[in-house]
Amino acid sequence: MKYETVIGLEIHAELNTNAKLFTWTENRFGGEPNTRIDPITLGMPGVLPVLNKKAVDYTILAGLAMECAIQPYSKFDRKHYFYPDLPKGYQISQYDLPIAKNGMVEYELNGETRSCRIRRIHLEEDAGKLIHAEGGANVSWVDYNRSCVPLIEIVGEPDLRSSDEAVAYWRAVKEILEYAEVSDCNMEEGSFRCDANISLRPVGSKTLGSRAELKNMNSFKFVQTALEYEIRRQTRILDGGGTVDQETRLFDPAKGTTRAMRSKEEASDYRYFPEPDLVPLVIDDSWVEDARGLLPELPRARRKRLEDEYGVNAQTAKALTAEKAFADYYEKTAKTCGDPTGAANWVQGDLIGMLRAENRSIHDSPVKPEQLGALIKMINDGSISGRMAKEALDEMMKTGKPAQQVVQERGFIQVSDESAIDEWARQVIEENPDAAEKIRAGNDRAIGFLVGQMMKLSRGKANPKLANAALRKALED
Amino acid sequence: MSTCFLPAHEIARRLRQGELTAVQTAEDLFEQIRRFDPQIKAYLSLNEEQALRTAQEVDAALQRGEELPPLAGMPVGVKDVICSKGEQVTCGSKILENFISPYDATVIRKLREQKALLIGKLNMDEFAMGSSTENSAYMKTRNPWDLERAPGGSSGGSAAAAAAGMAAVALGSDTGGSVRQPAAFCGTVGFKPTYGRISRFGLVAFASSLDQIGLLTRNVRDAALVLSSVCGNDPLDSTSADIPVPDFTDSLQSGLEGMRVGVPREYFIDGLDPEVEAAVQAAIQTLKNLGAQTDELSLPHTEYGVATYYIIAPAEASSNLARYDGIRYGYRSSNGGGLLDTYRKTRGEGFGDEVKRRIMIGAYALSAGYYDAYYLKAMKARTLVKQDFDRAFENFDLIVSPTAPTPAFKLGEMTDDPLQMYLSDVFTIPASLAGLPGVSIPCGFSGGGLPIGLQLLGKPFDEESVLRAAYAFEQSAGLHDLRPPLMEGS
Repeated sequence: MKYETVIGLEIHAELNTNAKLFTWTENRFGGEPNTRIDPITLGMPGVLPVLNKKAVDYTILAGLAMECAIQPYSKFDRKHYFYPDLPKGYQISQYDLPIAKNGMVEYELNGETRSCRIRRIHLEEDAGKLIHAEGGANVSWVDYNRSCVPLIEIVGEPDLRSSDEAVAYWRAVKEILEYAEVSDCNMEEGSFRCDANISLRPVGSKTLGSRAELKNMNSFKFVQTALEYEIRRQTRILDGGGTVDQETRLFDPAKGTTRAMRSKEEASDYRYFPEPDLVPLVIDDSWVEDARGLLPELPRARRKRLEDEYGVNAQTAKALTAEKAFADYYEKTAKTCGDPTGAANWVQGDLIGMLRAENRSIHDSPVKPEQLGALIKMINDGSISGRMAKEALDEMMKTGKPAQQVVQERGFIQVSDESAIDEWARQVIEENPDAAEKIRAGNDRAIGFLVGQMMKLSRGKANPKLANAALRKALED
Repeated sequence: MSTCFLPAHEIARRLRQGELTAVQTAEDLFEQIRRFDPQIKAYLSLNEEQALRTAQEVDAALQRGEELPPLAGMPVGVKDVICSKGEQVTCGSKILENFISPYDATVIRKLREQKALLIGKLNMDEFAMGSSTENSAYMKTRNPWDLERAPGGSSGGSAAAAAAGMAAVALGSDTGGSVRQPAAFCGTVGFKPTYGRISRFGLVAFASSLDQIGLLTRNVRDAALVLSSVCGNDPLDSTSADIPVPDFTDSLQSGLEGMRVGVPREYFIDGLDPEVEAAVQAAIQTLKNLGAQTDELSLPHTEYGVATYYIIAPAEASSNLARYDGIRYGYRSSNGGGLLDTYRKTRGEGFGDEVKRRIMIGAYALSAGYYDAYYLKAMKARTLVKQDFDRAFENFDLIVSPTAPTPAFKLGEMTDDPLQMYLSDVFTIPASLAGLPGVSIPCGFSGGGLPIGLQLLGKPFDEESVLRAAYAFEQSAGLHDLRPPLMEGS
């Protein structure tokens, strides 16, 4: 039988506020275990949570960026379960009245624009992290640095129909959150992760099949592999006349498979009830409008603008806007050099290549966009050759020196003085009579060799265009 | 002559007049504790060294002629449910045995800033669950008026200490009557402010939507004095009220003339002890004589108060007490094999029966499929109880009633019957559900010489009327600064 895949994602993103959600302690990844803690983070007896308003701002921003309706009245609830990573024995979350509801995210799939509805976005605190002793020792440690870090959960409707589509949607959400600057979406650090609900149903059927929930995946590749594995597994069950158990499953990245974690019957009763230590959250229109004012241009709009304003093609625009920082970098470079196409080539090509080789992100590139722009400008006005520019960029990357300084120090300035070039041409022809003869006999390709010799002689400084012309002139004489 | 029974406001006056030193006050107090606490058993821990050090600082400041804050040099006992940095906070539970708080509660911070003398931590029912202090995992506190009887609870240690001259004032906590009922049993003033008046930051939670720090003193003026210093909005407590704080001692002497005082007929029920009823009726007559207009009124949902409370409070408690799991602090069972077993044994061994009973009731009331029938319904009933009061306060300034149905009962008398024990809070619970300010003041004695308490309830944040009426009554009745016969001459 042919089946239709139905996927819905629950995406978790840590917000990059300065302080944690309910306490004063700094919200920053890492640090020695249990150094970013305080009595509230640890749920000591007698402590009370105080809501960080900034986290609400960020949730509103995320909601607006995903076209949600911001709810004028929402509240926090306690979600109970026992686990050492949860210091209070409950997580402060939002149950029936989330901050944002009924939104939509657009993304591209195979060149086609599609959309996934957002059911809700709610704000909650993250839990700590368990570290298990290696080698089978019966010991575990808990690190509460991550405890009480603000986290939003973005619950999407089951509108996704393939693993590719799920990944495209997830990427789009990541872009939006990065653009809105509410989350670092750092997947390695676990600040951006997702659960996926997946079920199959016969093509044409309107009712949902029973689903598996795949927990806690933090890479696009994992999600893709896990979903594809699930599709195969569920297809096999359904083809064999069986039924898919509604259960929570865990993805094993090493094997590329999923395995059952707990069944529906074993599902916990979280005993939600309204958090009595916090007052209901009332968000009035002016709060929403203030947040709207902080909302930057979102990826899809920016892509369109790059095409219109800079004349780059759709594919380039997409590549440049994959990350907000990347697009920001590009725009600054293009503005400095006045050559959008050149800027696109350099940013996408050499710059990113060199950064990758050094394992750096665009954020901490030693070469600032103004400097790359200056370099491109020098190419375009003929001061340096493209080859020199590459060398110069390499040097700039290593030393952080400005383009002008590197070019001058290394003597990269291209020689365009005709008398000097004529002199080099004459010398090269004299030293290579055979090649000169060939050209004169009509073998035009040999001119490349002579240009090369000229570059060697000039230590790369000769303007190649002028060199070519000077050679021809000298050969005709 | 020992200063241990001096009113707090009198201590404040004498310190400033140079008639008394803070060190003398502290020494007299610790002497009283050494003499009587072996029998009363109010204090779980003492902090003599630090209290004396603070007293010396106060005296030095006085010597230099410095202006001192109102509570400087005041001996204050603290219920062992309020956190003070570097000191134990057991909550009367084995599960917090040897637990040292890493921070100060907001009230403690304020007391420290005022240079009050923090005497020690007072016994209580485990996690404030109980009405006799017999649920403490550590010891049974005795009523200073009759050592065979319970001091009430859960702030029994605080009431007993104040009554026995072992603290000028004591902090307690009141969730369903835990300050007012022991005050009635021990012949002291027990004042519970409006929910949100005193910061809860650092008060170990029993039922968050009901808990409120309260005061146990030997007279009304002292309650007003301390309240003025410890209440107020706190950025660390989102439920604390952002309402101006008056000096509550200013309006004490305004009298009762023209005050409308309601007498709820639902509070004069079958189970009410005749001696209590007689004392309360006489007190109502005194209020009239003082110029109050009294009239009967109805609070029709009173009968649902206890049932409502015993859903909401345990539900919140089951959540608040989830953190005591033996992982980060406090007691951890050494018999546990693996995580789940460690949880089970830690909580099984660490909590007492009453706490476990309430955790089970609460977890049940919140569980899927029962939430609507129990918790949600209780929240609706709570609204009805509150609306009763809202309507009553359209016509009245205050409501007067007995504090508890009986005077102090004997130790062990109620321990086998939790339901009977719960009913001893029948008159205090409704005001807790509504978050109202209330006070219990002595209004007479039983034939056996046991104190009887009168409860006065006011509108939200109208502590002034409650204190003013209570003051007028105690001055007229002469029932302030009572001293149990055991302490005569001390």
